[in-house]
This record gives sequence, structure tokens and C-alpha cells, in this order.
Amino acid sequence: MNLVPRIRTRPLGKLHVPTVTLAHGGGGKAMKDLIDDVFVEAFDNPLLSPLDDQARLDLAALAGFGDRLAFTTDSFVVDPLIFPGGDIGKLAVCGTVNDLAVGGALPLYLSCAVIIEEGIAVDLLRQIARSMAGAAAAAEVKIITGDTKVVSKAACDKIFITTTGVGVISAGIELGAQYVRPGDVVLVNGFLGDHGAAILCARGDMALETPIASDCAPLHDLVASLLAAAPATRFLRDPTRGGVATVLNEIAEAAEVSIEIDETQTPIREEVRGFCEILGLDPLYLANEGKFVAVVPVEQSTRALDALRAHPLGRDATTIGCVRHGEPGRVTMRTVFGGERIVDMLVGEQLPRIC
Amino acid sequence: MRYVDEYRDHAKAKILCKAIEQTVRGLKIDESRPLQIMEVCGGHTHSIFRYGIEGMLPKAIELVHGPGCPVCVLPMGRVDDCVAIAERPEVIFTTFGDAMRVPGSRGSLLQAKANGADVRMVYSPMDALALARKAPEREVVFFGIGFETTMPSTALTVLQAEREGITNFSVFCNHITIVPTIKAILDSPGLHLDGFLGPGHVSMVVGTAPYGFIARFYRKPMVIAGFEPLDILQSIWMVLKQIEEGRCEIENQYARIVPEAGNVPALQAVARVYELREFFEWRGLGSIDHSGVKIREAYARFDAERKFGVPNVKIADPKCCQCGEVLKGVIKPWQCKVFGLACTPETPLGALMVSSEGACSAYYQYGGVKRHSPADEVSAA
Repeated sequence: MNLVPRIRTRPLGKLHVPTVTLAHGGGGKAMKDLIDDVFVEAFDNPLLSPLDDQARLDLAALAGFGDRLAFTTDSFVVDPLIFPGGDIGKLAVCGTVNDLAVGGALPLYLSCAVIIEEGIAVDLLRQIARSMAGAAAAAEVKIITGDTKVVSKAACDKIFITTTGVGVISAGIELGAQYVRPGDVVLVNGFLGDHGAAILCARGDMALETPIASDCAPLHDLVASLLAAAPATRFLRDPTRGGVATVLNEIAEAAEVSIEIDETQTPIREEVRGFCEILGLDPLYLANEGKFVAVVPVEQSTRALDALRAHPLGRDATTIGCVRHGEPGRVTMRTVFGGERIVDMLVGEQLPRIC
Repeated sequence: MRYVDEYRDHAKAKILCKAIEQTVRGLKIDESRPLQIMEVCGGHTHSIFRYGIEGMLPKAIELVHGPGCPVCVLPMGRVDDCVAIAERPEVIFTTFGDAMRVPGSRGSLLQAKANGADVRMVYSPMDALALARKAPEREVVFFGIGFETTMPSTALTVLQAEREGITNFSVFCNHITIVPTIKAILDSPGLHLDGFLGPGHVSMVVGTAPYGFIARFYRKPMVIAGFEPLDILQSIWMVLKQIEEGRCEIENQYARIVPEAGNVPALQAVARVYELREFFEWRGLGSIDHSGVKIREAYARFDAERKFGVPNVKIADPKCCQCGEVLKGVIKPWQCKVFGLACTPETPLGALMVSSEGACSAYYQYGGVKRHSPADEVSAA
């Protein structure tokens, strides 16, 4: 559905320098040229092009999609900017799209605020903006408002991006940890820890030869398939920072239940397992950018799994555990070895072990 | 994963657990005074918790998590020295990741980094040397930490730096050696240990001979163990077998990695670069004679301690800490007065809460699943 009438386009400014300087943040012609040539050129859409101080959305048209707005924001500060499977631009779009999607919302619009360290190559910025545009097209959202700031050297690390997203939740969809009940089943839509391992690997400190690609992807369509097949789905969350372990702890705490997962059922790629073995990391705490944890009632779990597996982003979906009465807030794992251990919240950052 | 999954096989684990149970039954152990087996090495502690091995053993066996986590036993004063070196403007201070969180009296390296010190995580001392090559205008200091496992790689890096004539590289040497510490534990009063799992990686370097005295003089069995869960179960069974048969020997379960004579070139590099210190301070255990090494005079120019004249302050462990008693198996982690209360992985007071290999931190995070909550234990005590 097209929400706005087409607005007449104006001629776009052009950049003629290879790197971004403080001049491009000064508010004058240089800044306008940067915004036009890099961002408007890439994001091109009628809501953005007038470059007013705000994008205006038609309420009646939004209401056609559902009965509640979903609104979320996230900042992205990844090092390196470009990594196997994605870059900061794709990440900034998918991350916010997924935060909307796991609330059961149809993602519609994003904002994009970029903080740029002076000295960044315009070509790199262009590449990232185009990547954002590509990801937005794949996620079927529009980037309709934005901001750029240029800061002096070392005031930020190359490029920081903040995206804010608006989506609409259709009537009848109610997701939340408070709906989780003992007996429910915990699903994931594929291999865990890919993004975290890809980023650590891409930093190049380890000189490993196996490339691990980030799983960065928009999940809105997969979530829609899941909710269509298993409308009683209780809860969804994307296990980004802190990984699946953190999300499971959050669910167990909020729902005052215990959760038991089975290590033999937890899908982790061989490369990621190997990587974690070498560094002494636990893949359950590694970030994901194209995964969700879903809690569904047991009677809909087969349908849920079938629906997920029929989708390209859910081919490796599987059950990893179940919700139990047990001690509220406790997450345990039955290990491959037959033992049992607690999966706790991570304290601080995971650091590689010495030996 | 080949060569790993084979050692995590559930079916084989069941067979071993059964064998352990049978042997224990034959020993007729009073559950109120269980057999205490100490795993010396932090890597073992980590595996034991990660795979939930404690819960698979009969109640008559109690695992005592020993002092073998080099990050945990580093005393506050040494961390303060690290921070003092790292804070020098010309210094790039390089360290293994998990040493960054160890608290000193003025905070950890992680905090020093946040305050502007140039602290960088490396995976090997060779990475630190590469950094020194790339930044000749800076002083690169490597935080040498660990037992004989990591000692040779630091020594080889010093030798490499010497060959290349690199002058802006030095090591802040905190390497420690396990044997005097095992001896100190065996000499301490009120000790009940019935046997040991010997450290696998350390033994890969030193071989099996240095442990001979444990069997000969202290009459305790030891089995040098690998780090996979099946290795650990098999090693426990081997210790029990020795007890059953009245033997006290140093056996080698980890023969696929540990040669009886150790790694000779590694030992040569170690002997060339280091000499024993008269004593070294351990967090939780106090000062132990000949338990640390320092860089020899001949390599003084690679010794950060000499180069930067570190203050070398001594700071006593907090009085409330009972790390020493936990380390010796006198009390369990959750029986410590401050466990889970004042002392948590976020704000560790004692050595054993510092790294994921420390017994207390492992208990806190991976938890003995069926034990009481720490608060109950404390109020009951």
C-alpha cells in the first residue's frame, strides 16, 4: 500500500571529494551534497526526498495494518564495518526490523542517523548507504528520515548508525514473556552464534582460515509465517548481544518458570563450535542477527516447526528445549555428556581463556 | 568435530560412571566423609562444570577444585603493578583476554583501559612481538602469565626478540610453577585429599617425573588427565582403582598428548630464559617458596620489571576471603562467608571468583544444580 502521494523531486547535490571532512557536518552546501549524493541517492523514496525536518505518515493508512504501533530504536557500532555476511548498514536495518518483527509488528518505516568520523572515504560511506538501501528493500521497509553528523578524528570509531523503526501490530497478536507457560516448547530458527563468531573472526586477530559468515537477515517474513502457522505463539525475541543464553534467562525470570535446554539439540555450526573451542568461548552467549527464540505451546509446535522449515531463513529451525515448573528464573542445560549445568546470565563480556 | 566429539560420548560416559560406581561401592566409603579428589588445573574445573560431571558421580566422591587457574591466583599487588606499567604513556600493554578482568586494589586492566591506558588483548606473546615490530616508537609489554603451559611460548618470544634485536619489547613475568604449590597444599594441616587429577597441559611440557614425590612421600595417587569429559571420568576411575588396589602412582591418562619426558625443547627454552624466584605471592594461598619464575639477568632488557622499576607492592587479600580453605577442599565454595553475597563474578573479592576457571565463579555460573542456594548455607552456618 502506498501511504503518500508522490512528491515532485528536486535536483540532487553532488560530492566532488574522496573523503568526508568536518565541512560536511557544517550545515552548509557541503553537508547537503553529502546527504544528497550518499543517502538520498541510495534511499530514494518520496517520503525522504523533500528533506523536511520530519517525515509525515498517514494515520488512516497505518491503521489499515493493525491496531497498535510498535516503535523501537537501536545503535550500531560494529568493528569491522564490513564483515562476511554483511556490514554495519545491513546490520542497522536488519537489527531494527527484527526488533519490530519479534514484537509481532509489520515493519514499515525506519529513520537513519549517522555519526561519521572525519577522514572516512566517501566511497565506503556510499557502499554502506547502498547496503542499507538493499537491506531495506529486502525487509520491505522505507528509510524516511535521517540525520548526519561529522565528528573530529577519534571522537567516534569510523561510523556509528542509529536506526529507529515504526511498525504496526495487527489485531489479535499478543506476544510477551508473561504468556509463557510450563510445558511450552522453545524453538530457534537455525544455527546459533554465527554473527558473534563472524565478527570476532573478521577482526583478524586469530588468523583462522575458515570464514564464518554473519547470519544478519530481516526476520519479518519468517515471523509472519510462524504466527500464521502457530497463532498461539507466546513469545519471540531476537538473541543479539548476550546470545540465546541471555534471552532464555530473561524469559525464565519474567515468566517465573524454569527452562531446560538440551545441548544435543542446540544447533551450532561446526566452524562456530571449533572457533569457540579454540578461544574458550560459549556459543550460547554469542550474538545472532538473523535468529529468534520462539516459545510456542506444545500443541502448535509441530506446525510452527514445519512453517519455519519451509522458509529459507528457517530451514534449520529446531526445538532446543522446554519450559518447566522448576525454580523460577533458572535455565539449565542437559549437556551432550549427560550431565546438567546452569546456563546463567553473562557477567560483562566473554573474554578468551588463557589455556 | 572430529577428535573432540569422541571424547564427549554419552554412551561411553554411562559405562564409565557405572565402573566408577562399582569401584566406589567396593571401597565402602562413608558418605559423611567422602573421598576427596583434587583436580589441580583450572581447565579441568571448567570442563567439570561445563559438562555437569559432578552431578554424574556418586555422592561418596567429592571433587576439590585446586589452585590451577593462573588468572585467579594472581595477587592484587601484581595487578596493581600491571596497571602502573600500562598507565605509562609510551606503553602498549598486551595481555590474554581473561587476565583483563582480574581486580587489583586500584581496579583491573579493563578499568585502566577505560581510563585511557593502551591495553590490548592478544592471543599469543608472538602477537605482542609483532606489535612491537610495527610500533617501534612505543614500548610493548606482554603480560606473561600462566603455568608451564604458557611459560615456553613467552620464553620463545623473548628469544625471538633477542634474535631480531628488538628493543621495545618486554615481558612482565608472572609465570608460576605448579609443583611447589601442590607440595604446599599437601603440607597444610587439616587436609584430607585422597588423590589428584594431574594437570594435562602443564604435564605436556614438564612430563610426569616432577610429580613423583606426591606418590613416594605423600602416598597419594595422581592421574594426569586430559580435558574432555571422558578423560576426566576415566581419570577419576583410575584414581579410584589405585585406591582400591592400595597403589600410589603417577599414572598418565593423557598419554595422547603428554610424553613421559615432557617437551624437551620447550623445557630448554624455559631454562634459558627464566630462573626460580625465591618465593611468589599467590592470591588465596599466600607466599609459596620457589613457586614463580623471573627473567634471567642475561635477558634483563626484556624484563618489564627491571625496565620500568615496578613498585612491587604487596596487598593482603581481603580478610573475609576464605579462598585458601576452598582451594584446599576444607570448605566448599558456597560455604564461604561472602560467596554470592559480597563476592560475585561481577565484583570478585577472592581469587576463585575472578575467572571462569576459578572454583567459586564456576559454581556461581554453572552451579551445582541440586545444591542449596548460597543464602541458605550462609544462614545455616
